[in-house]
Amino acid sequence: MWGRIRALVIKELLALLKDKTSRLMLIGPPLFQLLIFSYAATFDLNQVPYAVYNQDRGTASRELLASFQGSPAFKLKATLDHLGQVAPAIDKREVLLVINIPPDFSRQLLRGKPGDLQVLIDGRNSNTAMVLLSYVRTIVTTFSAKWAADHGWPSPPAELKVRTWFNPNLESRWFIVPGIVGLLTLVVALVVTALTVARERENGTFDQLLVTPLHPAEILLGKALPGILIGLAEGSIIILVAVKAFEVPLLGSLGALYLGMGLFILSAVGVGLMISSIAVTQQQALLGAFLFLVPAVILSGFATPIANMPVLVQKFTLLNPLRYFLVIIRSVFLEGADLELLLPLYWPMAVIGVVTLIIAGWLFRRRLY
Amino acid sequence: MSPPDSPADAPALELDGVVKTFSSGGREVTALDGVTATVRRGLVTGLVGPDAAGKTTLMRLSAGLLVPDSGRILALGLDAARQSLQVQSSLGYMPQRFGLYEDLTVQENLDLYADLQNLAPKERPARYEELMRLTGLEPFTKRLAGDLSGGMKQKLGLACSLAQPKELLLLDEPTVGVDPLSRRELWAIIYRLVEDHGFTVLLSTAYLDEAERCQEVILMHQGKVLESGPPDSFTTTMTGRSFLVTSPEMGKRALQRTLAQQPPVLDALIQGEGVRVVTREKGDPGLARMGGQNETLEVQQVAPRFEDAFVDLLGADQSKRDAAMDVPAPEHAQDQGPVIQVRDLKRRFGNFYAVDGISFAVERGEVFGLLGANGAGKSTTFRMLCGLLPATEGSLQVAGHNLRKAAAQARAKIGYMAQRFSLYANLSVIENLRFFASVYGLKGSLRRERVRWAMEEFELAELGRATSGELPLGYKQRLALAASLMHHPHILFLDEPTSGVDPLARREFWRRINALAERRVTVLVTTHFMEEAEYCDRVVIMDRGKLLAEGTPEELKQAHHTEDNPDPTMEDAFIALIEQSHAERDREQAA
Amino acid sequence: MNGGGWRRVKGLVRKEALQIMRDPSSIAIAFVLPALLLFIFGYGVSLDAKRVPLALVVEKSSPAASSLTADFYESQWFRPVRYGHIQAAQEAMRHRRVEGILWLRSNFASRLFTGGPAPIGLILNGVDGNTARIVAGYVDGVWSNWLVRYAAAQGRQLSLPVNVEQRIWFNPEVRSTNFLVPGLIAVIMTLIGALLTSMVVAREWERGTMEALLVTPVRLREILLGKLVPYFCLGMGGQILSVAMAVYLFEVPLRGSLAVLMGVSSLFLLAALGMGLLISTVAHNQFIAGQLAIFTTFLPAFILSGFIFDIGSMPGWVQTITHAIAARYFVAVLQSVFLAGDIWPVIWLNSLALAIMAAIFFALVRLRSRKRLE
Repeated sequence: MWGRIRALVIKELLALLKDKTSRLMLIGPPLFQLLIFSYAATFDLNQVPYAVYNQDRGTASRELLASFQGSPAFKLKATLDHLGQVAPAIDKREVLLVINIPPDFSRQLLRGKPGDLQVLIDGRNSNTAMVLLSYVRTIVTTFSAKWAADHGWPSPPAELKVRTWFNPNLESRWFIVPGIVGLLTLVVALVVTALTVARERENGTFDQLLVTPLHPAEILLGKALPGILIGLAEGSIIILVAVKAFEVPLLGSLGALYLGMGLFILSAVGVGLMISSIAVTQQQALLGAFLFLVPAVILSGFATPIANMPVLVQKFTLLNPLRYFLVIIRSVFLEGADLELLLPLYWPMAVIGVVTLIIAGWLFRRRLY
Repeated sequence: MSPPDSPADAPALELDGVVKTFSSGGREVTALDGVTATVRRGLVTGLVGPDAAGKTTLMRLSAGLLVPDSGRILALGLDAARQSLQVQSSLGYMPQRFGLYEDLTVQENLDLYADLQNLAPKERPARYEELMRLTGLEPFTKRLAGDLSGGMKQKLGLACSLAQPKELLLLDEPTVGVDPLSRRELWAIIYRLVEDHGFTVLLSTAYLDEAERCQEVILMHQGKVLESGPPDSFTTTMTGRSFLVTSPEMGKRALQRTLAQQPPVLDALIQGEGVRVVTREKGDPGLARMGGQNETLEVQQVAPRFEDAFVDLLGADQSKRDAAMDVPAPEHAQDQGPVIQVRDLKRRFGNFYAVDGISFAVERGEVFGLLGANGAGKSTTFRMLCGLLPATEGSLQVAGHNLRKAAAQARAKIGYMAQRFSLYANLSVIENLRFFASVYGLKGSLRRERVRWAMEEFELAELGRATSGELPLGYKQRLALAASLMHHPHILFLDEPTSGVDPLARREFWRRINALAERRVTVLVTTHFMEEAEYCDRVVIMDRGKLLAEGTPEELKQAHHTEDNPDPTMEDAFIALIEQSHAERDREQAA
Repeated sequence: MNGGGWRRVKGLVRKEALQIMRDPSSIAIAFVLPALLLFIFGYGVSLDAKRVPLALVVEKSSPAASSLTADFYESQWFRPVRYGHIQAAQEAMRHRRVEGILWLRSNFASRLFTGGPAPIGLILNGVDGNTARIVAGYVDGVWSNWLVRYAAAQGRQLSLPVNVEQRIWFNPEVRSTNFLVPGLIAVIMTLIGALLTSMVVAREWERGTMEALLVTPVRLREILLGKLVPYFCLGMGGQILSVAMAVYLFEVPLRGSLAVLMGVSSLFLLAALGMGLLISTVAHNQFIAGQLAIFTTFLPAFILSGFIFDIGSMPGWVQTITHAIAARYFVAVLQSVFLAGDIWPVIWLNSLALAIMAAIFFALVRLRSRKRLE
């Protein structure tokens, strides 16, 4: 039995890796996506174009503006002379932020009274607006504290000290890059398996397999193993790139990570083979894989938290293997989580994998025409 | 439409030293290698040659769809490469697979091509009526083209390419995958076009027997024109060289093998109960005494065929090798009783019976043919026998098992060669062989030995590292057969094993099958080549899911001999049976 | 084009229209997929954290502590969970039961107004930096409000040197649906324009009908026009459906004019169709055409268009790449026309870019296609 499965696995790997285009498809797009995603898919802002409408001539406003100019997150685009220029600057998307300082700002501060500061933000992308606002607040708070200390203001009330675990600088990349490991592993495992049976069906070789003494379970294993092997290899490469090139800290144990990745790939391969055994043509298989991938990625917590979704949708995500793996990989990378902590996340993937494989095996026998 | 500067007696199509190469996978493939040919006006010219001879490339070049690397093509006096748009307005062209939109109806397809060919709206009713009369598609104008039978699709394709009457008509393999009856009807239409309207037709075909229906033939092989002229000019050189040899004592396979080894014999093929022999020289070289010391053979001179000329031109020496297959006799080979038994077998798809109650039995060591047009139900039957498809009703047994339900061990006794020689295209020859040996449970030195056997026996040794997808069709076929024989099967299933391969490869293939049959391997084969039915011991003919006839090829032919046709071919018998069956159906529907 | 030419184009358009109507997969890509994607995105994707689980650890109860925690219970942003001591809360955070911990030390009430080391701390799970930042902002808001009120109630003067007054234009309630849904329309139009068109042309090559078309007297531009017209109409149909869903189902305000929206959409659709046709000149089978279309148009429209991620914050070389992506211009116009109104400088500039891209694509298509089979 193992001899036959070995033959199947070797054949499958040869078929995938001998062909130049399919080899390219397995290596090129994932690496390219890793690069583009990692650099482009970030919620962090830098060099945000802003304008200043400063009606104040005092030192306080100058000091405040200097701290904006000193920040790499901001880039001064224009200094406005009158109020009428404010709206067009934002409308035309020349700037995302306008800082409006009233004429009595410095005077008020020197008198020991609070000065008003108005910030106008382009809300067309509400997320950018929120992030921008928090940046502005940070700069203003720092300025306030310094001013209060320098000018002998009464001691400020208790300060809310914020400490952030696991990702002290709140870098988006630390969040996105481990997510991409999950995403790309899913894509590769799915594409490798979803098309195999359909391709053999189209070429007529599937019939050839079915008339041999191979048992359906052997065919299933012979199809699943290459997907798992390639998925593990591809996942390892991406992890290596994440750690070496993007310097994402890997704090937890590789054992916990690979157990999660193995179970995750098992479930992805199960889904892929299920699609494959339903599809008659490669076309349908590709469409099926696409129809699974899009919701699976969107509803996984890859870019937006599952907690923000409506309750019904949250329940639905329990069927999504990527959702579990994303938590595992991020926990292992950034939190250094151990096996015990991740146990509740391992078993759902194992269940999804086993159930889908059983269905796929059953469909193999059903759809033999 | 004809350009003013072309005199009426100028050829319709002229090719002069045309060379065309393609690059595929980094290699240069020469499709046409200096082709010079002419197509005369007002005649049906056949472009004949096996697969990959360069026929389609020649057609496409003539229609201005490709540009030659060198050489010149004049179509109706216009340069096909430079004035392609004018050429395309003045000739009709039907590509392979007919170029129909399957999700459009017959009428919608016609309307589209009428628009594209600038047929004025006021001329359409008359033109449509004429085309419908010609093709007999009148009752089906509202049907989707995809729902038409192969023969009707082919007629619709022809009608579409003729939406606007054209002087020159190029038809690329119009008869591929179409049953013999429809082929006959198509030929009738083509001759009506030529005779009534003075059309010029160039049609390509891989069926050598169709060459005899053309008025002129251009015979191509491997990108070169071997010879051209009227079909008679090919066969006249062959007169006095074709004989039918029969032996009262020897089996036809043994006879064929014996005769093929004789030096004066160029070609020996099983036909019915006898062997058809083509000699190297004119005249009988004493065939009667070639059967062995105390055997006298009956020899009868027969009329030459086009294929004889083809074999002669290519020098068939390479095809003479004795294919004594190193196949050990299967165990229990001496057992009696049928190996395959089918009783009242039915298969339903929706509310349509693809196979509608058929019964037959195949004896051990028999070569059994399953014949029929496309859609007759032979593939469905075949798939049920192999266990690929469950039967709706009835019983079937292969070597005492129903393969659908049998344990894996039962499947180890059969060999299977799928349509289109399904192999893993991007694996090399040796990798394919190793794979199939392994899945049949061969290991270690046994596997190595079988792979070596296959490489030697099928002359694949030099190609071991070659990617199997890039092999020529003939080699693919050999590889597929080798793969299906790795485990010494008792029963061999062959689905359309020779479609598309050239006559020489087909001969070689059948020599191997004969050798297997002599070793009591049972062979079940489907084919739509009627002449291949001659190589079988017994055949069944299927139509619309039912068996029309069963018997030896000789019996079937004799059953349909008439006064007009005292010596019918297998194809004549087939057509007669189908016509009978259709007439019965019409009577039933009328009643 | 002469009369025959128009007749040929008409014939081709009619053929294509019939095929679209009979092929459920075209209809699916044009109408079902957009609706599905809009549903998933509209309901499934939100960057607005609400009812964030937050651990509250109050080491010693006091009126101040009760008043502060009460504010958290009242806030719509939080779902507070009480923990007896900090270790339990930290354990809960490790198990991802809470997103953050607000820790009121035992000396919270006594040292509230004395300055010095803080008796109150916020610990956040920073794995998802974006969410963490948003949660920190929410906590800070609740805390500052409470502080001002509490100080006033205590009769203390509480003042910070700078008061920030924030105004978020166009989307004051910062609803992420308002920018995600318009951006998604660009993604969907890319799908119809490029994916559908390239696959349909590839299908003609696969089935051998392209050969039959090429050999008729039809001209190349007529074949291209015959593909363009029906899929343009189909794309605009999908566009109308998406806009209707955006406005009526997801209640995204449409502040600009519908005419401008449709005008720019048609320009973008032309560019997407041009891209689809360009792909089809390279890929003659549906499988490769589909892969190429997803890879060269769909993914970039997702990531590099500014639809979710801010282009200005990407590294310089990535920003350069985004200039070659038609969707980026369309997303800019969509977000403006929906949320801000007809901002002509934005519309003109981006429309010009779209028109240039469409022209370049069509020129390339024309240059690369021959009325030949090679």
